[in-house]
Amino acid sequence: MNKYLLMMLLAITSMCLHSPAVNAESAKDNYRTYCMQCHGMTGLGMGVNIQDMSVQPRDHTDAKAMGTRTDVELFKVIKEGGLAISKSSLMPPWADTLTDQEIHDLVKHLRTLCNCEYSTK
Amino acid sequence: MNSSMAMKLFNILLFCTPIYVGLTLSISAHAGGIGLLKKYDCASCHALTGPAPATLAALWQRKGPDLFYAGNKYRQAWLETWLQQPKRIRPAGMFYMNHIKPGPKRNMVDTSTLTEHIQLNKKDAKAIAATLASMKTHTALIQAEKHDASISPGPLGEMLFDKIYGCMACHQIEPGFGGMSGTEVYTAGKRLTPEFMLSYIRNPQAWDPKIWMPNAHLPDNNKQKLVNYIIKLSKESNDE
Ligand code: HEC
Ligand code: HEC
Ligand code: HEC
Repeated sequence: MNKYLLMMLLAITSMCLHSPAVNAESAKDNYRTYCMQCHGMTGLGMGVNIQDMSVQPRDHTDAKAMGTRTDVELFKVIKEGGLAISKSSLMPPWADTLTDQEIHDLVKHLRTLCNCEYSTK
Repeated sequence: MNSSMAMKLFNILLFCTPIYVGLTLSISAHAGGIGLLKKYDCASCHALTGPAPATLAALWQRKGPDLFYAGNKYRQAWLETWLQQPKRIRPAGMFYMNHIKPGPKRNMVDTSTLTEHIQLNKKDAKAIAATLASMKTHTALIQAEKHDASISPGPLGEMLFDKIYGCMACHQIEPGFGGMSGTEVYTAGKRLTPEFMLSYIRNPQAWDPKIWMPNAHLPDNNKQKLVNYIIKLSKESNDE
């Protein structure tokens, strides 16, 4: 059997054997896939879904509102949904979609979107 | 490397390359339908063997819904009708980010990016529907569900779907009313088996690991109510 053919077979095989494994996705890509449908293409809360929503999604660029939340609260609301921090159930829980690490990365991503940190002011 | 190892590798490849679609299908399905799936090149947009996308990159590129579990998901009569007269099911296309644009009040669907589906004649639709109906994977997930049509949703059905669980944020419950990033549900009762709906609501990730529908962890009784509410919607609307 040809050496190169074997190498190719090996490469493809290892690719397809590993494909179901959970790859950590980047926060940017996760935000694009899971959050923009409601929070909008630029995070302003103007997603394609909002027309008939009774509570509007948070504007993630709003430094004042986002600054009232600790990183722990942001982690909690992403993982467990709005109800977990006494907000609307229209903000869904993502525990079964994202790993804890991916959620931590999303919290950091939110901090760059609002250009803010938690502040008591 | 010896030849028996090469043979093993070859066997593994056999199970993970779509090239062997025909081979795996022909065991159970009508030869005519398989020929037609090939003739129309349905596999250029639809996965006829699994698995579902395991990365976001693959998810974003998916051109049509996965059909490798079509026999467990769709009602055969609906398949036959729809293939002859396809109508849009996902208001924002397969991956909504590929079909939206900024708007004054919110992001809008850019309908110019959505295309019409291939339409089949009656004979071909019938043959293909029969073949699709024989494609059953994830059967254990379906067998784990038991639909109870007697649990009436009553007025609570809409409350659960709209307010309590926020399903309407992504799904339209009548034309033009509701969210855009998921499928319209007012036709889902005619399209889908109740067991599929129960199973998908129980665990969307079991069917499609990267999909943007979250698992809301609903109590069983409320899942039945939601499914019966969806079935009721289909009976109310005269939209096929
Ligand atoms: C189905 C629509 C929807 C999706 C999808 C969604 N959200 Fe939300 N989100 C909302 C709504 C509505 C609110 C406002 C809740 C309220 O004010 O009661 C919200 C609020 C929030 C808040 C603010 C909570 C607070 O008050 O401090 C954060 C943070 C947040 N979402 C993050 C995310 C992230 C990250 C994602 C993606 C993983 C996401 N959301 C996906 C609808 C959504
Ligand atoms: C150019 C890509 C393309 C080709 C080729 C194509 N389809 Fe589709 N198909 C799609 C898209 C996109 C949808 C989703 C339509 C929607 O949501 O409105 C779809 C939807 C469907 C559905 C409905 C299932 C669902 O959940 O929406 C069936 C059944 C189907 N296609 C079967 C076929 C068959 C059979 C063929 C070959 C005869 C075929 N398709 C060829 C892109 C394609
Ligand atoms: C954040 C958006 C979102 C929310 C919230 C949501 N869904 Fe979904 N739903 C989706 C997407 C996306 C799909 C997959 C569509 C596809 O296969 O193309 C889906 C699929 C479905 C399906 C199968 C439909 C079909 O035609 O294949 C059912 C049934 C369903 N959802 C019911 C529900 C119920 C009940 C709730 C509330 C408990 C809910 N959904 C909440 C986005 C959502």
